[in-house]
Amino acid sequence: MSATARVEERLFQNRYLVDSGRPHIKIKPHDVPSRALLAMTRLCPVGCYSLSDSGQVEISADGCVECGTCRIVTQSTGELEWNYPRGGFGVLYKFG
Amino acid sequence: MIEERFDAIVIGAGPSGNAAAYTLATEGLKVLQIERGEYSGSKNVQGAILYADALEKIIPDFRDDAPLERHVIEQRIWTMDDSSHTGMHYRSDDFNEDRPNRYTILRAQFDKWFSSRVRQAGAILLCETTVTELVKDLQGKVIGVRTDRGGGPILADVVILAEGVNGLVGHRSGLRPEIAPDSVALAVKEMHFLPRETIEARFNITGNEGVVIEAMGTITKGMTGTGFLYTNEESISIGIGCIVSDFAESEVTPFELLEAFKNHPSIKPLLVGSECKEYAAHLIPEGGYKAIPQLVGDGWIVVGDAGQFVNAVHREGSNLAMTTGRIAAETVVSLHRRRIAMTRENLSAYEQGLAKTFVMKDLRKYRGIPALLHANKANFFGLYPQLISQAMQTWFRVDGVDKVSKEKAIFRSFRTGRTLGGLIGDAFRLVRAWR
Repeated sequence: MSATARVEERLFQNRYLVDSGRPHIKIKPHDVPSRALLAMTRLCPVGCYSLSDSGQVEISADGCVECGTCRIVTQSTGELEWNYPRGGFGVLYKFG
Repeated sequence: MIEERFDAIVIGAGPSGNAAAYTLATEGLKVLQIERGEYSGSKNVQGAILYADALEKIIPDFRDDAPLERHVIEQRIWTMDDSSHTGMHYRSDDFNEDRPNRYTILRAQFDKWFSSRVRQAGAILLCETTVTELVKDLQGKVIGVRTDRGGGPILADVVILAEGVNGLVGHRSGLRPEIAPDSVALAVKEMHFLPRETIEARFNITGNEGVVIEAMGTITKGMTGTGFLYTNEESISIGIGCIVSDFAESEVTPFELLEAFKNHPSIKPLLVGSECKEYAAHLIPEGGYKAIPQLVGDGWIVVGDAGQFVNAVHREGSNLAMTTGRIAAETVVSLHRRRIAMTRENLSAYEQGLAKTFVMKDLRKYRGIPALLHANKANFFGLYPQLISQAMQTWFRVDGVDKVSKEKAIFRSFRTGRTLGGLIGDAFRLVRAWR
């Protein structure tokens, strides 16, 4: 419970069934991310979004908990292609 | 795959979908329920408090076998600044009744149980299946669904959308607008495990008694939001949530916000020695009455979070979900019995039914609160908690200063903090929105 804990460490406790090679969220190619998409690098509760060296936002959706925050925040910019994982895949809560 | 025709299809197996499917199946209708998770509850997150009354109206004997954690005998409401909390506690042995009023639950386990009762009642449950779109006839009436399992459409007289806050089906089918970032909260939550004796000693409870804490103040760093801590049998649910648009403008990450809340001097001792076994995040629709979308149309009904049925002021949601699911199902049963078509006009009996319940009465009562809190977040979630804390400290610290001077100092801090006009204005606006 230290103040320097990282979200990645917390996610090891979660159960996932990852649909390999079929990410359910994709970022459309862009040169400069919108403010909304950039915000997701901080706002995603499991840290799926990161900034590349050349200034684009990238996603690794494996730890995604399917909350939908990124979909809501970027709805007006159209930068995301957002779907739920295929039936049965994705996060599997033990407690919820 | 499934070539039959159903009386009703229910999308989702959370509280609203299970309430609807159970009610339909017990009345003898042919029901198909579709859930994208491995089992009912595997995708669901909540605090979580179960309000007995709403479930009792559906399954009166639920206490016999539902997985309940603790019944709530003590409610704490905390206003917090960075180093203190000012609390209102209500504890009563009256809550140790034969049929307790509120329980803490674990949603993954509770939903799985509810789902087993739905199947016992005769509904067919299809898990690991995501509905991809609604199927409409040439007149635009919804007549069924397509799923990611492929194959042809599955047909039904009516489709009940219990797909949750982030429901894509209704939105993509043009039945309801997208949720605005300022009317939805993002909550993060952890499950912390401790021996039950430790929990009971720490919270001054025995047996299956439970304590819940709802907290607001500087813990949300100036954003509109609240934190919570609920005692389960052998674990503590701890979480915090803020309005998404506030998060988007803030530099604070949700995970850091939860870490800071857990490390608050009033919270930290309650969690000492615990082991975190799950980290979850979920959206909560908090727009209230004004955010409720169109609820019925030709061949479809919306229930639960998908219909924005959350009372943010009282932290109620699953009871609204179950009640809307039940009333939607009762509407469908009534039309089905009388062989009346599931048109928008006929299904509007659902809206009329809801208007008579606490669901619509409560949401209507608080229709002005979300906008008020959001517009005045700096005061309600920052300034006032700090002023209250300072006032308490001035009052309780015995330091040779006389009481009249202390009273003056307290009033002065409020007036310099907000001005008299501002204080009266906030009080007036709050009272008006509350009425």
